Amino acid sequence: MLSIKNLEAGINGKMILKGISLEVKAGEIHAIMGPNGSGKSTLAAVLAGRDTVEIRGGSVTYMGNDLLQMAPEDRSKEGIFLGFQYPIEIPGVSMVNFMKTAVNEHRKHKGLPQLSASDFLKLMREKKEMVEIDSKLANRSVNEGFSGGEKKKNEIFQMAMLEPKLAILDETDSGLDIDALRIVANGVNRLRRPDNSSIVITHYQRLLDYIVPDVVHVLYDGRIVKTAGKELALELEEKGYDWIRKEVDNQN
Amino acid sequence: MNGKSEVSEFFSRLYAENIGRIAEGSTPFINSFRKEAIEKFNLLGVPTKKMESYRYTNLESFFRHDYQSYFIPDVSHFRKAEDFRCDVTDLDTHGIVLMNGFYPTINGKLRELQGGIIIGSLNEAARKYPELIEKHYGRYAGNDSDGLIHLNTAMVSDGVFIYVPRGAAPAKPVQIVNLVDSDQDTFNQHRNLIIVEENARCAVIICDHTLSPQRFLTNAVSEVYAGENSSFDLIRVQNEHNNACKITHTFIHQERNSNVTSSIITLHGGLVRNNTYHRLNGERADCSSYGLFLADKWQHVDNFVSVDHASPNCTSNQLFKGVLDDVSTGAFNGRIYVAPDAQGTIAYQKNNNILLTDEARMDTKPQLEIYADDVKCSHGATVGQLDNNALFYMQSRGIDKRQALLMLMFGFAHEVIQNLKVEALRERIDGLVMQRLRGELSQCASCMVKCV
Repeated sequence: MLSIKNLEAGINGKMILKGISLEVKAGEIHAIMGPNGSGKSTLAAVLAGRDTVEIRGGSVTYMGNDLLQMAPEDRSKEGIFLGFQYPIEIPGVSMVNFMKTAVNEHRKHKGLPQLSASDFLKLMREKKEMVEIDSKLANRSVNEGFSGGEKKKNEIFQMAMLEPKLAILDETDSGLDIDALRIVANGVNRLRRPDNSSIVITHYQRLLDYIVPDVVHVLYDGRIVKTAGKELALELEEKGYDWIRKEVDNQN
Repeated sequence: MNGKSEVSEFFSRLYAENIGRIAEGSTPFINSFRKEAIEKFNLLGVPTKKMESYRYTNLESFFRHDYQSYFIPDVSHFRKAEDFRCDVTDLDTHGIVLMNGFYPTINGKLRELQGGIIIGSLNEAARKYPELIEKHYGRYAGNDSDGLIHLNTAMVSDGVFIYVPRGAAPAKPVQIVNLVDSDQDTFNQHRNLIIVEENARCAVIICDHTLSPQRFLTNAVSEVYAGENSSFDLIRVQNEHNNACKITHTFIHQERNSNVTSSIITLHGGLVRNNTYHRLNGERADCSSYGLFLADKWQHVDNFVSVDHASPNCTSNQLFKGVLDDVSTGAFNGRIYVAPDAQGTIAYQKNNNILLTDEARMDTKPQLEIYADDVKCSHGATVGQLDNNALFYMQSRGIDKRQALLMLMFGFAHEVIQNLKVEALRERIDGLVMQRLRGELSQCASCMVKCV
């Protein structure tokens, strides 16, 4: 589904990703872990098409297409979803209008007719229940005045509305209390299908108790330095990242 | 000879040569203001950029122009005004059309509605209800330093009169449509007087339109009296062409416990200067002053707002926003004055602007004069670009860049529109603003008026 080869990228002239290669197959959940500043969020930004990141080399193929050539909105319509670490507040744009526009853009892309107002509201209601999001939030401006937890739940709600093929969740667990974490994780699990995949970026092992990954990668200094099964996450939780640092430094 | 006196002298001469004709149609009471007013105008002249409150707005190109018409329009123009129908179908109003500043002479000049409410020509009201006019006319137009107010008082002939007696409320809003239409370049001055007595309620919508492409200059004064416990909403929608200059002076005088909102939506216009003066004259009066403008090409829109907290425990809120494209320019000047004994004042002011190009320019200036100690006051101004993070966020959900930009601009504008008190108009303005942002002509669909 997604094939990243030797990806090099930077921000403001500073190299951050120094040759990343990663294969994600349909149905897989990959966790990317790593200390602060290792490049996790930059990788997510590259995949979603943020233009503040400069691509220096390598390639990303998604469903057979060159992802790096696609506009962010086209990536979304082709099934990529980025759950933001820091969701953006958009004053004056209501959640309903925002989601209606997005859903209908996706439908247009698939050659489906626009949803009627009542069908749309029905869909909203259904998905809202799934992520246990407060009904009132939907009538407000996008993320405006939402608490940290509400913003994260709102990301999962949007994901539920758009039903992506590849979801990239960038530190969705940060700032969540245990109840919100459970709700978010449940949302992700319920959206799981055999043909869709997720990349879960996280700092802590905690989230992976709920979303069980097939593969765990450790990103350090712009490179994937370790790849293993879910047991790697437990090892990291126990020992921290220092042993990885030492291992990498010894190799150099 | 400097420019100021040359232009000003022209108007002084125009007054002197035509005073007979000007005074002919008006009552002695209205005429009694003219002499002093023209003397004050002679001293002050047309405002120039040297005046602090007109620093960002150059009126010269519109005032230094030979208009072919300065006075009463043709009868045929009145017919056109009679035919005018607003196409906002959900908007059920008591309509009044002013043609080039005059109330059409056909069809009776004053209407009496249920509850003793009177709407119609100011001139006619001055004849029929002199006691009302004498009690209120000229009492609230108080800024002595702006020569244009005096010019209006000196030369004005007609305008709209609205009277809502104690406890009354018209079932529908009153809509004043100001049409400017002529095959000649025209200078217009009109004067509105709105009296909302104690415990009365009223909403007034003013639509400014230009019908023909000639050069127009309008200098309009409105006086509003809002009595004790009254409620008054004023919505002004401006949609004039690039060759038109609109200057409005609106004075709203509020008594105890009265509640007033004023909203100015400037969709289009060559040069627009709106002066809105709120005087909170009685305790616990509350006013909100809103403004939104969308400017492009070389348009210039300047909003000057003054809120005068003359009494204790009053509240006021100013929210003005602008979107500027191309090489357009704008200005906001927001004054809050709190008198020494106006304790318990709460006054807010916010001015936010978006520049869509590097060439567009916005000047914003808060002016707070606070002489009481128990006061809660805040002000904030921003001039910036659209939020790139918000843009990317929307794109990442599948919304293309153009649409996302539109939604952001619309969201920005909507913060003002959502405050409009007439719901049918709110939807209409939403639609017009969306059209305007898309770069389409934002004229009312089936309207005979081709504003832009």
